Amino acid sequence: MQVEQISVFLENKTGRLSEVTGILSEAGVNIRALALADTSDFGVLRLIVDANERAISALKENGFTVGKTEVVAAEVEDKPGGLHNILQTLRAQGINVEYMYAYVRHTGQDAVMIFRFDNIQGAIDVLKKNGVTVIDGQHLYNM
Amino acid sequence: MIFNMEYETMPREALESIQLRRLQTMVERVYANVPFYRDKFKEAGVAPSDIKTIGDLKRLPFTTKQDLRDRYPYGMFAVPMDQVVRIHASSGTTGQSTVVGYTARDIKTWAELMARSLMAGGATRNDIIHNAYGYGLFTGGLGVHYGAEALGASVIPVSGGNTRRQVVIMKDFGPTVITCTPSYSLHLAEVAEEMGVAFKDLKFKFGVFGAEPWSETMRLEIERKLDLVAVDIYGLSEIMGPGVSIECHEAKRGLHVFEDHFIPEIIDPNTLETLPYGEVGELVFTTITKEAFPVVRYRTRDITSLNPEPCICGRTHIRMNRVTGRTDDMLIIRGVNVFPSQIENVLMEIEGVTPHYQLVVDREGSLDMLTVKVEVNEGMFSDEVKQLQAVQKKITKNIKEFLGVSATVKLVESKAIARSEGKAVRVIDNRKI
Repeated sequence: MQVEQISVFLENKTGRLSEVTGILSEAGVNIRALALADTSDFGVLRLIVDANERAISALKENGFTVGKTEVVAAEVEDKPGGLHNILQTLRAQGINVEYMYAYVRHTGQDAVMIFRFDNIQGAIDVLKKNGVTVIDGQHLYNM
Repeated sequence: MIFNMEYETMPREALESIQLRRLQTMVERVYANVPFYRDKFKEAGVAPSDIKTIGDLKRLPFTTKQDLRDRYPYGMFAVPMDQVVRIHASSGTTGQSTVVGYTARDIKTWAELMARSLMAGGATRNDIIHNAYGYGLFTGGLGVHYGAEALGASVIPVSGGNTRRQVVIMKDFGPTVITCTPSYSLHLAEVAEEMGVAFKDLKFKFGVFGAEPWSETMRLEIERKLDLVAVDIYGLSEIMGPGVSIECHEAKRGLHVFEDHFIPEIIDPNTLETLPYGEVGELVFTTITKEAFPVVRYRTRDITSLNPEPCICGRTHIRMNRVTGRTDDMLIIRGVNVFPSQIENVLMEIEGVTPHYQLVVDREGSLDMLTVKVEVNEGMFSDEVKQLQAVQKKITKNIKEFLGVSATVKLVESKAIARSEGKAVRVIDNRKI
């Protein structure tokens, strides 16, 4: 039920992000979701792509430090309070969200959010128990 | 195994009498043939006939890198050019390069000392040696090459650079011994990993690494990543090239100086007094058999100490400890002496951090600012910013604790710091003093 996320270490300098997108574009990798966390010196780019291994080897070949993390993709009702309901549920169970970001999606009623948890299996159980649809990797990459 | 049993295990007394005889001959020769030494000796009030014991070496004047530069290119040669068969030059990274020459006998001596070194490092005539020191004016490539041939091993003269091709050669040719700089060995390990080649599947047993200072913790990393036994080799073109001293693979504790050819001393770089065994100071060498380019009490600027204790390998030659820094690499930051090797030790102690780093010193107003750039590798990388910041904080704290100096630690992308295939640039000093 988990989704694989790629993370890339970037210096906070002009052109670093576009170098990553350039490498992925050349490798024929489609970026499905992305979030950038930054400090004044460096940033961590997190990506959900349609071809993990191809993306990782292309980035490594170009000298980037790349990591892999398991994250959770969950459907969120696209209406006021949709995200709040999920966060409330997690909070009630003492599950901490390390970070989260939105996933691009063309059709359907619901939005998809990507969550990074410390206790990933615990989080998935809580979400499911509370009727939240958790999307698995294979399904997500092709959405 | 020992290449030259007679000389390498000679009793101290016999060794010292050979040293004295060779020293006397050398001093007479430079006095007669090199105007620089004649003038310096006269200035110091010492004549060749005053050298009656090894202790009289102290009466002779020092030679510095500047003396060699001032007589660029051939002013320090002690033989006419028709006897010189080879010329090498130092890289000149810190100024004008220095040029050194060798007679046919010098080349033969050098090959023997390098053969002794390779054998001390674990190689035998049955080995295939992957020699990734640069071939050319730099003494590393050709020095190891001639030594490997004198040993009777098979040498692959791969030289530096073209790393991906080197990995293919390592895989296909099955070398059992590797010779290169320690930083290049780690670079090779990184590239091999990228290419999906595991060192444990290769045939390497021993590695002989030198030409730049490295630490004990870096040895452990190299031994683990390259799956071999790593020894330290020392040399400099002004004295001969690689093979001035070598660690034996049996003890891996200090480098045996080939005392039948070179006499080492440790001096206090400020007072120039000779220091007793065990004390840390500047390493000074006198060559006693070199013909074309003999040097008298040459100040290497390398910081180390000498250890006269007998070694388990059976060699009687004195050991110099690992070079921990250079008098000219030493940074004085807000009054604190800082050597790059100290920073390296701090980095190595933090799990997951490999020693690719660079020190940058700037002066803001009247204050020295030290920035330590550390490359983020996969071991320390995390998708969470707070983890990376924790690593950054820990490095900052440990530098402050162990060195007593505040530094700004900057995490940079992998390979952001230039990897020279020869010597790593560890220090950039932007201060205009």
